[in-house]
Amino acid sequence: MLIGKKSDIASSEITPKSLWLDRRRFLTGAAALGIGVAFPRQNANAATLKFTKSPLSTKGEVLTPLKDVTGYNNFYEFGTDKSDTAAYAGAMKTRPWTVEISGEVKKPMTLGIEDILKLAPIEERIYRHRCVEAWSMVVPWNGFSLSALINRVEPTSKAKFVEFTSLADSKTMPGLLFPYVDWPYREGLRMDEAMHPLTTLAVGLYGETLENQNGAPLRLVVPWKYGFKGAKSIVRIRFLEHQPATAWNTANPSEFGFYSNVNPEVDHPRWTQAKERRIGDFFRRPTLMFNGYGDQVASFYRGMDLRTFF
Amino acid sequence: MIVTERNRRILWLIIFIGCMLPAADLLRRLFTGDLGADPVETLIRTTGDWAIKLLVAGLLLTPLTRIARNPLPVRFRRLIGLYAFFYVCIHLTLYLSVDQGFDLHAIVKDILKRPYITFGMMAFLLLLPLAITSTRKMVARLGPKRWRQLHRAVYVAASFGVIHYYLLVKADITWPLIYGTILAAALGWRLWNSLTLSALQDTGRLSSGCKP
Repeated sequence: MLIGKKSDIASSEITPKSLWLDRRRFLTGAAALGIGVAFPRQNANAATLKFTKSPLSTKGEVLTPLKDVTGYNNFYEFGTDKSDTAAYAGAMKTRPWTVEISGEVKKPMTLGIEDILKLAPIEERIYRHRCVEAWSMVVPWNGFSLSALINRVEPTSKAKFVEFTSLADSKTMPGLLFPYVDWPYREGLRMDEAMHPLTTLAVGLYGETLENQNGAPLRLVVPWKYGFKGAKSIVRIRFLEHQPATAWNTANPSEFGFYSNVNPEVDHPRWTQAKERRIGDFFRRPTLMFNGYGDQVASFYRGMDLRTFF
Repeated sequence: MIVTERNRRILWLIIFIGCMLPAADLLRRLFTGDLGADPVETLIRTTGDWAIKLLVAGLLLTPLTRIARNPLPVRFRRLIGLYAFFYVCIHLTLYLSVDQGFDLHAIVKDILKRPYITFGMMAFLLLLPLAITSTRKMVARLGPKRWRQLHRAVYVAASFGVIHYYLLVKADITWPLIYGTILAAALGWRLWNSLTLSALQDTGRLSSGCKP
């Protein structure tokens, strides 16, 4: 017999409607609490890419598992925790997407992502990816040389540098509230660096279009430079006569140089760059000069003091 | 809370188990492969974070005791302090072993060249004698006055810990600032307290017997 027991569930234990409706916020909250939640692939425009294998791929490296490539990301527009960037980045809208190309070019233009995907045949390019924080991955990117896009807009003789600007949308990017860098995120390359075949405009990885946290729908990959040089979610490309002000370099010029070539001999002022931890490994391994791409790019910097131009 | 011996023991047990949980959780995650893409980084960061959390929490117990006029909080100071040291030891061991591979040359170079490592190592060296002298026997041997003077070094150690943290973050200094602010408040409170107390003593309004 039941005697006067009002309810099994106290009203305080019933989840408010607003909370259970907002699944995403729950998931990110759970992530903030360190509760393991398997994030589904959130790429609304996920598509399998057709590609050929590039001769520029790095050989003899073990690929970093997809879950680490898509689950361990620095994308400060979505916060500074590498492990939950994926949860926040899902809010970014990557369609429609246009890239404005301007500056010292004969044919300034605005290209839709669909046009960019058709600029050149998509390849698979396996590159080492070395973060300035002294960890590294090996990523099978999908994309093509940036030079394909550059040739299309025909830079003038005045074009000495290229500036890349990332999306800064305060509606979907909570990190913009914090002045980690002077938003929007900007990066830059010297013209010869930008034209180098290794310099890649990536639209996918592991054979699928990029996840938002990896910089969807298109990003830069410069394998011989620290990862932050690879601007994500690019909305503007400008050709300039002078070296552009770039995000990290402006935020902290003594710590992050414009060149930021991977260099085990030039330490970050606060930590060593001599070694790195490959994601998946327990122990550190020596970092390679120019991230192992010295044969292809060292000539760019001959005669330059890499301690001054770090 | 009414301070009975029984309540104190129950609370002690809760804190004892509570402080063990982060370490137990890391072990669980280690064995289930749930430490994320960079397990070593996760282990080092998490243990360091708990060391600072507990150090800062431990420094709040004395002010809490006085403000709440309840003798209970201060009685957990040693437990929490030793747990902070426990996490510091795991943190340091991981750095020396997996992170640096016991490469003595690299470690010495790191300590001398990297201010964040220097501060971290100094914090450890300051905490070491405090942990050793944490027993009742050592309090008796040193005498309460000298023991108290020695253990004031915990403020320096905690400050070095926060500086260590501040110096290693790339851009997001939120947490180092939060810990720093709490630490400054605790230290400020104690300084202000001892100043006003000694002023009161100087004017003879307080007998020296009341000095805490």
